[in-house]
Amino acid sequence: MTRAKPEDDEYWNSSKFKAFTFDDEDDEFSQLKESKRAVNSILVDEDEDDVERVSWSGEPVGSISWSVKETASSIRSGSEQSFPKIDTTPSLSKQGSGYSLSSLFKAKSKPGAFQSFSESFSDTSFRTYAPELRKPKSDGKDFVSDLSPEETVRRMQKGRPFSLEKFRSLQDKLLLLDEAVAVYDGNVITAVLIFLKKSLSKEILFRELMARDVALRHYVHYLKEMGEQKLLVELLKALGRTEDMALMHYKEHLNIKDEGRRRDFLKSCLSLPFSQDDATHVQDHYTLLERQIIIEASDKKADAEIFKKFPRKASILNMPIITTLYYSCFYHYGESEGTFSSPSNIRKTFRISEKQYILTALGARAKLKSWFDVDSLFNTKNWLGYTKKKSPIGFHRVVDILHKNSAPVQVLQEYVNLIDDPDLKLSGALKYKCHDVVINTYRDLKDRQQLIVYREKLERDSPEYRKIQELLNNVQIRWKN
Amino acid sequence: MASHLFCGRVNLNILREAARKDLREFLDKCSGSKAIVWDEYLTGPFGLIAQYSLLKEHEVEKMFTLKGGRIPSAAVKNIVFFVRPRLELMDIIAENVASEDKLHPRDFHILFVPRRSLLCEQRLKEKGVLNSFTNIDEYILDLIPYDGDLLSMESESSFRECYLESDQTSLYHAAKGLMTLQALYGTIPQIFGKGECARHVANMMLRMKREFAGSHTQILPVFDTLLLLDRNVDLLTPLATQLTYEGLIDEIFSITNGYVKLPPEKFAQKKQGEGGKDLPTEPKKLQLNSAEELYAEIRDKNFNAVGAALSKKAKVISAAFEERHNAKTVGEIKQFVSQLPHMQAARSSLANHTSIAELIKDITTSEDFFDSLTVEQEFMTGVDTDKVSTYIEDCVAQKDPLIKILRLVCMQSVCNNGLKQKVLDFYKREILQTYGYKHILTLKNLEKVGLLKPQSTMRNNYPTIRKTLKLWMEDTNEQNPNDISYVYSGYAPLSVRLTQVLARPGWRSIEEVLKMLPGPHFEERQQVPTGLHKKRNKPVILVKSA
Repeated sequence: MTRAKPEDDEYWNSSKFKAFTFDDEDDEFSQLKESKRAVNSILVDEDEDDVERVSWSGEPVGSISWSVKETASSIRSGSEQSFPKIDTTPSLSKQGSGYSLSSLFKAKSKPGAFQSFSESFSDTSFRTYAPELRKPKSDGKDFVSDLSPEETVRRMQKGRPFSLEKFRSLQDKLLLLDEAVAVYDGNVITAVLIFLKKSLSKEILFRELMARDVALRHYVHYLKEMGEQKLLVELLKALGRTEDMALMHYKEHLNIKDEGRRRDFLKSCLSLPFSQDDATHVQDHYTLLERQIIIEASDKKADAEIFKKFPRKASILNMPIITTLYYSCFYHYGESEGTFSSPSNIRKTFRISEKQYILTALGARAKLKSWFDVDSLFNTKNWLGYTKKKSPIGFHRVVDILHKNSAPVQVLQEYVNLIDDPDLKLSGALKYKCHDVVINTYRDLKDRQQLIVYREKLERDSPEYRKIQELLNNVQIRWKN
Repeated sequence: MASHLFCGRVNLNILREAARKDLREFLDKCSGSKAIVWDEYLTGPFGLIAQYSLLKEHEVEKMFTLKGGRIPSAAVKNIVFFVRPRLELMDIIAENVASEDKLHPRDFHILFVPRRSLLCEQRLKEKGVLNSFTNIDEYILDLIPYDGDLLSMESESSFRECYLESDQTSLYHAAKGLMTLQALYGTIPQIFGKGECARHVANMMLRMKREFAGSHTQILPVFDTLLLLDRNVDLLTPLATQLTYEGLIDEIFSITNGYVKLPPEKFAQKKQGEGGKDLPTEPKKLQLNSAEELYAEIRDKNFNAVGAALSKKAKVISAAFEERHNAKTVGEIKQFVSQLPHMQAARSSLANHTSIAELIKDITTSEDFFDSLTVEQEFMTGVDTDKVSTYIEDCVAQKDPLIKILRLVCMQSVCNNGLKQKVLDFYKREILQTYGYKHILTLKNLEKVGLLKPQSTMRNNYPTIRKTLKLWMEDTNEQNPNDISYVYSGYAPLSVRLTQVLARPGWRSIEEVLKMLPGPHFEERQQVPTGLHKKRNKPVILVKSA
């Protein structure tokens, strides 16, 4: 595929672009000098976009992201009617002492220097890039094939022609790899690794990589990038990094959409060498999805009252365990422990802490306004048979949750009264307008002033108002103020 | 607009100009009319270098966003892809090229930013399209001038790459960028560093320098010292909630490439002459940098000092507008009118920042923000870092965003030099149960990079580090600060403290603490050509990863 075009000649004849030569080693120096000259001239350069307009969206008019939208939308609207524009002016006019960043460090702003590494691997190493064809034939491999590892790596870094073919012996190859590692250039390291992967047996490559940590890490990363799962797993196994291998395998489940297949995949993960903790978590993950599939299948066609009154908004598949428990407390409360979908079964199977369980159940039952269920959540019987309310979470939190679910004042009041900390109790009572609790607290504190203040906030002649009135008139109380 | 680049102590516009020059050269290489197909991610960073006008001058007629399928028709001679070297993007490009209209073929070019990748070229070859490209080039965008005193590599994933994926390519870019910087601003005589990656970067720089031996730049060194710091030397700072004005804008709305997107409601009614009731639905996008006088003044203030600054500014501006009543003579009126544009700009800037400050205040005054900050500060001062925090537990129970939970848990781990196994297990279980078992992987990753770890047998050395480096200051003055700890209302960022100590009295005074932080610390000197020595004191700091 040749792309000889008129401007190609222009390109090659223009003074700026020399034909490709290999004797360009000093160029960096001359370019640097050139650069310096340019730096001095830049300082007075006018900036053409000093004035900035801003479009309504706030995006400055003329900014790149703005323009991408603008030019693209003009096309979508079909207003693209112009004739093909024939290019008559060679656009190389903007010359002058070229100062550029790239020229500082590479000689490859010169055309003809493009060389893809892939060429070095392929049998027919002729490039089809237009400028490449114009390259003198002597640039070929005989020239580049004599280079030391050091020089080869340097060329790779700079994007100049190179050949890896001549590194035949294992020793040469390893020297090349070590050299690539020594320059820290990930791009070059990876290129050499690809070459080694193609030209060495797996066993030897693995063995050598084990002694070369940096190269090994790049290799692992490369295999990940390329999705070479199988080889990667083999490598990790050979390295004894079995836990990494297990996790990597486990991660695959995220790509499986079908829940049945996902469940089966998770099942296949159970035998992998996870750390002890992770093994438990993966087991839980599998059990959870298995349960969810069963629950989902039966609830989809369930016609119990609760499902009609509160139709399900989404499927329960792939939800976290706490969400699943909430779902179960909402739709399957009171089922016997024998069923998979019952809260008690879920709680037990997944070893959910009492705190988490109470919080979740409270949320679900309060949402349904089943105050009776809420009540029984906290009831404990002591050995005399008296019921007493106890909670693993502070009662002030219970009150917050109840309030969020618009519990009536009577219910709130009961729980506000159970708050241990007097300050929290008072602030809760004030926040949720539990008048009785507020009044009783002030009374117990013998705080007459506060009672008077609070009275003013109440409706005249309401029961609360009258209660305060009575208290204030009670001569038996010894007020502190 | 690049005026913000002049205001620092070093003229960073030189760097920007160099980058623009490079861009022009590449565009001219693809002669004729052209359309650019953008990797959308790059439009942000490129916006810091050039505007559409520059591209247009070089015959860029159309711009598209890179996506699958066929490139929209455009009567241009060249199609130029501006992309990051990523395999998934190569697949899209291959699709684009393959579905090109065979009757009207256009020339294809790729510009890799910031570097060509052999891996990507191989992918293009596998897809059978490599030969369709006339030009494959790279555009080195290593250090982007971001503001008058700030260069950024804008490579947000480099921490992940270096510490999690073991891909150190970004370090190579850092070294390259610093070489560019030295070519433009002179050799930096002293290099200090701390951390494994810093050591790598310094090694690469020294090696590159050797390769250019003989080509000494004859530029007077502008920078005196370079300090390289690994991110993992200071994991605490990015975990803490930022409390400066700019910091909070970033925390709440996130600043990308110098722009922030804000909810439009607050900005709607302000426009004059737009009687319509229709509220804008698109977020309001604002550029934030020191070119804006007011922003430059308040960006680094503690948020608690911003209100006062804004109201002071409001008085100044309204006083300036009042001046018109005093203008009697034609000359005075003329002078007033000539100042109007500047005054109006100042007024709209004030309006914008007042709105933003209001948005932020809604959040900072919330109980939730206060509670969370309290816990952070307790951790940073070493209170109860060895127990399960009931606050974190409650946040999990309320299903707060996972990122908030992780930030707090990691912070506790960092401030305690690892968590007790029992505490760590508890957090893990809570997180997995509430946010899903798949986060086994998330937690594993945090452990791999050291943000989360079980306590080793070693004693907790964070208190020593805290005391020696004075990381916690009790009497921080938020309004008129005299110490950097004001930025977190008490906590002084570890990396800043390291920099301060380096400047005076020197790291030798804190050898013990340096040994407690990960990675080696080192000092290198670079030969500066004779005659170019100059005494100055301008440390440049490159902090890797955000």
